[in-house]
Amino acid sequence: MKKTSIILGKTVQKLTRLRGNGGSALPGLVVERRDPHFVRDILGKLPYGVVVVSGTNGKTTTTKMVAELFEAQGLKVFTNNTGSNFVRGVISAILKNIKISGKFDYDIAVLELDEAHAVKYSEVAPIDYALLLNVQRDQLDRFGEIDHTADCLKKVAKATKKAVILNREDPRIGKIEAKSTVYFGLSDELIGEFPSDDDLLTKHREKASRKPALATLEKLGKEATFTIGKEEYTASLNVKGIYNAYNAAGALALVKTVLPDSDNARLIESLAKIKSAFGRGETFMINGAEVELLLVKNPSAFQLSLASFVDDEHEYMIAINDAIADGRDVSWLWNVNFKGLKHVKVVSGVRATDMALRLKYDEIETGAVVEDLKAAIERFTKNGEKPKRIFATYTAMLEIRKIISGKSIL
Amino acid sequence: MKLRILHLYPKEMNLYGDHGNILSIVKRCEWRGIKAEVVVHEPGDPIPDDIDIIFGGGGQDSNQNTIEDDLRAIGPKLKELVESDVPTLVVCGLYQLFGEYFQTGDGNKIEGIGILDLHTVAGKNRLIGNVVVDESEFGEIVGYENHSGLTRLGKNVRPLGTVSKGNGNNGDDELEGARYHNCIGTYLHGPILPKNPRITDFLISKAIERQTGQPAKLARLNDTAETRAHKVASTRP
Repeated sequence: MKKTSIILGKTVQKLTRLRGNGGSALPGLVVERRDPHFVRDILGKLPYGVVVVSGTNGKTTTTKMVAELFEAQGLKVFTNNTGSNFVRGVISAILKNIKISGKFDYDIAVLELDEAHAVKYSEVAPIDYALLLNVQRDQLDRFGEIDHTADCLKKVAKATKKAVILNREDPRIGKIEAKSTVYFGLSDELIGEFPSDDDLLTKHREKASRKPALATLEKLGKEATFTIGKEEYTASLNVKGIYNAYNAAGALALVKTVLPDSDNARLIESLAKIKSAFGRGETFMINGAEVELLLVKNPSAFQLSLASFVDDEHEYMIAINDAIADGRDVSWLWNVNFKGLKHVKVVSGVRATDMALRLKYDEIETGAVVEDLKAAIERFTKNGEKPKRIFATYTAMLEIRKIISGKSIL
Repeated sequence: MKLRILHLYPKEMNLYGDHGNILSIVKRCEWRGIKAEVVVHEPGDPIPDDIDIIFGGGGQDSNQNTIEDDLRAIGPKLKELVESDVPTLVVCGLYQLFGEYFQTGDGNKIEGIGILDLHTVAGKNRLIGNVVVDESEFGEIVGYENHSGLTRLGKNVRPLGTVSKGNGNNGDDELEGARYHNCIGTYLHGPILPKNPRITDFLISKAIERQTGQPAKLARLNDTAETRAHKVASTRP
């Protein structure tokens, strides 16, 4: 029975690939229809179980960190790094990696699922551990409202069997109740640099609960200092940005929960080597200049990105699209404060004009409005060896990556 | 010349970039040499008398609950200001609460503060997407809507305009928004003012007229960026 599902799924996968259709959802859909217990039967048997990473910001990079930390501990890790974080995407990723005989040679699954799909996943297969990062405004035209997103994660926490790892400083996540909770947090010193979604809008900050955290980000300068349990560790991280360093604390708390006997110093050493995920701070060389590509999906991520990546050395471009994956509603740009930027050389994307207007009202000079991304990249990189940074929404990031692929990635 | 802008519940009612509406008012004052001061109103604060413009936005349901008591307390004062022609803009959640009542899905009636003659009934689906309003006093208006409440206007208000794209107040009478004295209620965010600067300038003009007793002559601004963004928004699906 299982074998026929596997053969069927693999066949559909081959056929869709032959037709040049890279879409990873169809084989998943076919198997999902035929065999609703497919995921449960395969992933439910893994010796270390299933880990789900969810939340608004930082899922992709955090999932990558968690998977690589487990790998460095010698585990064989299955992960859905196909870009499709639906249940169907998980099925497709299983089909790609399972033998016809049904052999699925992994120790643990680390799955990136967005909030709504994490709930769907919990309805079809068990979750052993959940790492819940944050709830921020993201694509409100898809989910309706931020409270709904928080409710999704509450359901995920409730369905999780062994332990839920929670961001102590997020006002919505920190409050979630579950059978077994573990926290990751920030030092008092850093907490002010980390606006929660509500903080972007108000004069006061509600004091988050100060429950003890298993892993804490203590300091962040050139190096990051973490506390695990009571010990301090310092590392020079390859991934940049304060939010990545903070999510790394979440990844550490998770790995320490699943593997309590793992060696802290070795974990930190592996963590330092992990590189950015696709489109999240990747660096390219174009015309002799370094160009860094930074994904911005919502106001809080954009605000944190500006706080981490704006300086006098770089030239800046911003690319805003409004496809469904970006969020059709671009109102969120007005919840970001751009005042740290002095000059933006090029604004681009379908909603370049909205971005230009936004910058005008923060009285920031804009060099050129070039909607077409290819023309914009050309203009942005034409001359000048100054290092460059591009902030881009999701589909703009994908498009830019395509335009500059072939150029070397550092 | 100095204008004081009352911003109602910026923390609780700021779901869709409504900060941009405040920026639009403030900057378009400043660029003309008019001083603009934003007075933040949070629950429990008194409402000052010397207010020139009132603005309030939309929020998610849980936040809406936390401001309802305060809104009822300041309701009579707000009504007095609106009826003495203080230019006012309310968007989405506060647009609904400025009305007579909001009837929830389970039939409960939440009383509004009764400034605008309209009522809202919870609908089954969310009305989401880009909106274009025409036949308004302000020319074509662009914005984005995201609401499940269906609003119907009474006799004492007139609509802001008619929709040529999107749903507007309720998706069937083609009307969007409400006007009463110098108060504008609307479902449009985007936020509404930056891409529709004529509405901003209307609020500013009326505020100046009220202060000086003379018709206001606003200096012209270069609105190329506004016009371009407006045009693109009107073509989006």
